[in-house]
Amino acid sequence: MIFFQYLVNGLILGGLYACIATGFSLVWGVLSIINILHGSFIVLGAYIGIFSYTMLGIHPFVSVITAGIVLGALGYVVQLGIINRVVAQSVLVTLILTFGLELMMNNAMLVAFTADYRKVILEKSLGVLEIGNVFIAMDRAVATVIAFVLIFLLWLLMRLTSIGRAIVAVRFDREAASLMGIDVKKTYAITFALGGAMAGAAGSLMSVSFPISPLSGPLFLSKAFVICILGGVGSVPGAALGGLIFGMLESFGAVFFGAEYALTLAFIVLIILLLVRPHGLLGVKGF
Amino acid sequence: MTKAQTQFLLLIVGAAVLLLLPVMSGNYTLRLATIMMMYATLAMAWNFIGGFTGYPSFGIAAFFGLGAYAGAVVQARGVPVVLAWAFAIVIGSLFAYALGLILLRLRGHAFAIATLVIAEVLRELTNGMTDLTGGGMGLNLPFFGWGPDALGRFFFYAMFALAAITLATTYIVAHSRLGFGLNCIKQNEDAADIVGINTTRYKIIAFTLSGGFAAAAGGLYASWTGYIEPSDVYDILFSIKPILMVLLGGMGTIFGPALGAVVFLVLDEIVWRNFLQLHTGILGLLIVILILFLPAGVLSFDWRALLKKKVSAT
Repeated sequence: MIFFQYLVNGLILGGLYACIATGFSLVWGVLSIINILHGSFIVLGAYIGIFSYTMLGIHPFVSVITAGIVLGALGYVVQLGIINRVVAQSVLVTLILTFGLELMMNNAMLVAFTADYRKVILEKSLGVLEIGNVFIAMDRAVATVIAFVLIFLLWLLMRLTSIGRAIVAVRFDREAASLMGIDVKKTYAITFALGGAMAGAAGSLMSVSFPISPLSGPLFLSKAFVICILGGVGSVPGAALGGLIFGMLESFGAVFFGAEYALTLAFIVLIILLLVRPHGLLGVKGF
Repeated sequence: MTKAQTQFLLLIVGAAVLLLLPVMSGNYTLRLATIMMMYATLAMAWNFIGGFTGYPSFGIAAFFGLGAYAGAVVQARGVPVVLAWAFAIVIGSLFAYALGLILLRLRGHAFAIATLVIAEVLRELTNGMTDLTGGGMGLNLPFFGWGPDALGRFFFYAMFALAAITLATTYIVAHSRLGFGLNCIKQNEDAADIVGINTTRYKIIAFTLSGGFAAAAGGLYASWTGYIEPSDVYDILFSIKPILMVLLGGMGTIFGPALGAVVFLVLDEIVWRNFLQLHTGILGLLIVILILFLPAGVLSFDWRALLKKKVSAT
């Protein structure tokens, strides 16, 4: 049945989307920053995946680690050096600052990588699995599984480690956390680094399925907006659930409304959600 | 002379200089001045909702693009230019009014995101309605049949008129009950509501003004350039730049937005001329520097203290 095909497509897309959105949601929740730079982080992660494969022959699923580390380090430096200076200011200031940084990063990538669309074309593809009438592209399916493993690891990190608990503490009460001896600025930088690492990892995973250009960032970013609101700002399980729902929405929305209106449909859902369930489907949680 | 008298005098001098420009200078300067007045209009339009009311709107690009397309579509079907602009204003205001009814319940980050995505939605819809708008191919407007000089002058005066009307409206709003009410909403909306200000109505008026003037600028822009496409007029930079200009000039002030527009565009033009390949990157750098070092506006920046420090240091 064609229904199951759309369901599977939605699930597979959803995993990648969830991975895109977790880092964005974490940064928004903890730092109160709508990080426009997130889309560019994903794109740079994808380029790391692409060039590691074409130049060194490293599989993009392995590059997830390097992309995560590189983007995490970049995120840490950017937050500590630049964004921390205005972190407590209004959304106008922080959003425009990250927008300015995004322009710089996109321009740098445009000069370095040219505007061509690129994609990893695997020599040894895992092929297509056929169950009944449903086709599953195995490379994408594995990418989705890795995405969920990463999200689970992040969730564990937030739950079990002292860094994770410090981030949650800062999120709920910055002053109190600082009185308890938590270095707020450093915690912010670590949070932003985690967001960057998730974006980089997601980018490397995406490079197997989606063609990337230096200007693809806003496309990923706009999806992250919707998923983040769907699941609840700052919630890791929320972003995972939101990603799945969004994947379904895109998969089935394309059938009923046509693929060209995918973003419109998503944004209408976003605005309705903001109005009726501003805290998302799972509400505010301590991760 | 009081401060108000000085400002008034400066305004007269500024307007006189501007009006003499077409006589004194070439097409390049005229074009630059027209762009400046367009952005000044957009900055003042944003100032109604963002500066006076304190709502972080990222929706100027949506109204600008909608105005551009509303004007262009009817103009391409033979409606005279000025009527097309009026149509753009009506459509822009109505859309802002309807949108305001829905979105102004949101505050802070939620409002910012919601207004940010409106331009994207309109862009996709404009792309989809190929019959009406030409879709991604863009829309060509009928040629005026005038020489470049006459055309440049016509649009210069038209944009001057628009900027002047916007400035006058800003002045009237700032000195009226509406301006006072908006300021109360900015400081504490719940308190304003309790003391009897109809906050919903005031916010919607501010948002509608914002949308109407931005749409007017869009309508003029479309007929001026003669060709528009969705990715051009719904560009998010049309939302970001006016905010930066107001931040530069001073939030919720009367002359700040226009002044901020001039300062920003001078910087922008210098960047354009010198770094063609790296233009967007350097623009980004400019934005970052402005945000980090001048968060409260050029007008609020204490130049005298800086000078004193320099003097005492030497």
